[in-house]
Amino acid sequence: MAAAKSGDAAAFEELVNRYERKIFRLTMNITRNREDAEDSMQDAFMKAYSHLGGFQEDSRFYTWLVRIAANEALMRLRKRRPNQFSLDEPIESDDDVIPQEIEDWGPSPEQRYAQTEMRDILNGVIDQLQPDFRVAFVLRDVEGLSTGETAEALGISEAAVKSRLLRARLKLRQKLDRIFRQGGAH
Amino acid sequence: MNCDGVIRGVSSYIDGELGIAIREEFEVHLKMCRDCAIFVQQTKFTVEIFSTAELPDLPADTRSRLHDKLRRKINEGRK
Repeated sequence: MAAAKSGDAAAFEELVNRYERKIFRLTMNITRNREDAEDSMQDAFMKAYSHLGGFQEDSRFYTWLVRIAANEALMRLRKRRPNQFSLDEPIESDDDVIPQEIEDWGPSPEQRYAQTEMRDILNGVIDQLQPDFRVAFVLRDVEGLSTGETAEALGISEAAVKSRLLRARLKLRQKLDRIFRQGGAH
Repeated sequence: MNCDGVIRGVSSYIDGELGIAIREEFEVHLKMCRDCAIFVQQTKFTVEIFSTAELPDLPADTRSRLHDKLRRKINEGRK
């Protein structure tokens, strides 16, 4: 990190090698569009390189990079879907996230699917989430940012992050429920 | 604590953000209500399966374009 910060290009490229897959996953998860994800990832690494001098070493490099990449991806998402993303709290009824009937998924539902099949399932369900919920979920639960870091990256309050996260988790559980129920679609 | 309270509190419960008294009420309810116990377990599993999912591969052409652009930027900086 210190070498990259002092202008060592090879050291910076090593950082890119280390994080490129995670950053691509992040930008894909936010934009849900291959071209936007690639452009966001490229711009994020270019910006990180240009602003490396301003990086505070008391914060984690990955968290800093995620914040840059999330902003790039959000910018493209807002351009592509201007009416589906807002800084305001999404207006939505509670009814659609309240579980109607609960059924056990049986032991280890993940073991019933091959890795690629499971990846398709997860991609399919996250794709159906409203962007506001999806982005909060991705930053918090997939990338492991804290609630405060997620709030800062999105420019919303921590209470709004928690509210979106709850709704995202409930919706994802509900969507997985349809797939994982024993004797279900598989 | 009732079933509605469990639904609204499940996220904070999973994240360990409930106060001790509320967490105890929450857990007492889970012991008495099978549906809520399953619901909380499934929500926890939902979070875990996404947070531990395998990283997707970065397509070779995407990676190559990224590194080309990066090298160009680095070389521009040196001029």
